[in-house]
Amino acid sequence: MTTEAVPAVRPATTPGKAGRAGGTGRSGGTGRSGGGTSGAGRVARALRPGAGRQLHGGPVAYLLLGVASLLSLFPIYYTLVAASRTSGEVTNTPPPLVPGPNLFTNLGKAWEQANMGTAMINSMIVAGSIATCTVLFATLAGFAFAKLRFTGRNVLLMLVIGTMMIPPQLGVVPLFMMMADLGLGQKLPSVIFPTLVSAVGVFFMRQYLAEALPDELIEAGRVDGAHSLRIFRSIVLPVCRPPMAVLFMITFVQAWNDFFWPYIALDTTNPTIPVALTELSTGYVPDMSVVMAGALLGTLPLLVMFVVFGRQIVGGIMQGAVKG
Amino acid sequence: MATSALAPAGRQSRRALLHRLDLKAAPYAYVAPFFVVFAAFSFYPLVHTSWISLNEVNLLTLDDKTWVGLDNYTALLKDAQFWNALANTFTIGVISTVPQLLMALGLAHLLNYKLRGSLFFRVASITPYATSIGAAALVFTMLFERDFGMINWFLGIFGVENIDWEAQKWPAQLAISSIVVWRWTGYNALLYLAAMQAVPKDLYEAAAIDGASRWQQFTKVTVPGIRATVVFTVVLSTIGATQLFGEPLIFGKGPNGVSGGADNQYQTLGLLLYQEGWRNFRMGQAAAVAWAMFLLLVLILVLQRVLASLASRASSPQGGRR
Repeated sequence: MTTEAVPAVRPATTPGKAGRAGGTGRSGGTGRSGGGTSGAGRVARALRPGAGRQLHGGPVAYLLLGVASLLSLFPIYYTLVAASRTSGEVTNTPPPLVPGPNLFTNLGKAWEQANMGTAMINSMIVAGSIATCTVLFATLAGFAFAKLRFTGRNVLLMLVIGTMMIPPQLGVVPLFMMMADLGLGQKLPSVIFPTLVSAVGVFFMRQYLAEALPDELIEAGRVDGAHSLRIFRSIVLPVCRPPMAVLFMITFVQAWNDFFWPYIALDTTNPTIPVALTELSTGYVPDMSVVMAGALLGTLPLLVMFVVFGRQIVGGIMQGAVKG
Repeated sequence: MATSALAPAGRQSRRALLHRLDLKAAPYAYVAPFFVVFAAFSFYPLVHTSWISLNEVNLLTLDDKTWVGLDNYTALLKDAQFWNALANTFTIGVISTVPQLLMALGLAHLLNYKLRGSLFFRVASITPYATSIGAAALVFTMLFERDFGMINWFLGIFGVENIDWEAQKWPAQLAISSIVVWRWTGYNALLYLAAMQAVPKDLYEAAAIDGASRWQQFTKVTVPGIRATVVFTVVLSTIGATQLFGEPLIFGKGPNGVSGGADNQYQTLGLLLYQEGWRNFRMGQAAAVAWAMFLLLVLILVLQRVLASLASRASSPQGGRR
């Protein structure tokens, strides 16, 4: 359907010069783009092609997007290629471009040599508990900010947003001392506790609830004598399941990939994935294909998640964006 | 409910009290976890950092603090390695953030077309975001390898001699920036795309009636229309750039990368912080570096605000549509 949408009449005002990003989709339709617009709108389109928003992408747009996708996916593909070869093949010139037969041997070696097994379990625990708590606390706070009335609500919400400006990395020195004092040095809780909440998450849930949950539902609950926790459980939570799932996945990805603090707080005997991968880069494991197998292992759970839930994650990131 | 109306007055008032308590206090209880955790693990450490930076503290004997006043700061200001790290953080920040956001803008514009397989393109663009810094940096380090790296092989086709990316300052900084650009461009593009879809269509029609070309529509309608998002991404990527750590660390082969290359040619403030604290055991000095990072961040953000307001004032007679 899309391809034959090339306009029957291409207005003379469309010469060859394509104004960089602006010109790429010009082949897209004059009339097709906005079905039922006003007469004025149609006149505008007749005057100037491309006045509407949702134009069909032309060949140039597809070409550029193809290149962009290739650039995005190639390093991951190349990780797979290198991980499935021998060390000797990887260092050949020209480099190999298709996967070889050694993937599982290399994965096995990486699993043993680089402590990837421990790292995998640790990362699951860390990212899982961070994501669970973040979602729970963000939904609670988002519910309060969106639907409950209390003094100082706006000030507190601004405060939440303001905290996004403070990079947590700045406090690593006292944080390290605090964890040592608490006896949590090199233990998983030391990387879990600091990231149990997320300002972005609170804001995300607030935005969703403000739009998606009608006040009347909550009023109805109140009239029935439900206290707010009851309302939260039986009205808010069911409504929130989709955004909660999205927030869970996004938080999981971030926690899985968090680098600076885990690198400081943990050591290589009890690592998370990023810490173990750093160890791989030292040359302690001399076989390049095994190193790449480790890199592949470390990203695999997330890649699987992206393949399965890609639509939801994309939608979630876009929903969380600041609009306008 | 009917039963509660018949209940004794005492129970009723207790219920009313509970109800009022629920109305008044519960909201604070719901937002409390966020603030408690933030205060304990982000705000308190941040404040405590300034106290530690005024002391000499050894990593091995954390409880012994010696008051040294501003000595850590004066030492920092006299230290050429600090100024080098500051400059590197700034230059790597610029060459990773500027192309990243410009490319994200272009990509978002493309994704905003009606496309076949648009979901594929969107998911493909954010797949790098799902890749662990560790894994991404490992692959890029290999791609930028001097002797067998794919990038040198590719450049070799055009007759370019093998470049020793790691050993030279600008090639190294370029390579590190490329990791950052690769991981974050698609993510920012999605944020822009979301904002672009919220720009009212009539604005484009009005602009078209006024005779604006497609390029003018992009610069005069789209870009001002997504201003808030642009500011948001600029702030976020600036924060990320001032904290840069993992990419240069792994690019320099793990723990050896803490120095940022043989001549500190790509040592960032993040790496310097780690080196001072966890290599040289000087926690007070590391805390001073942390504050320097924060000041740099604040300074850049203020500078960006000033530049942005100057720019919008300069173009306001015509460009200030929104």
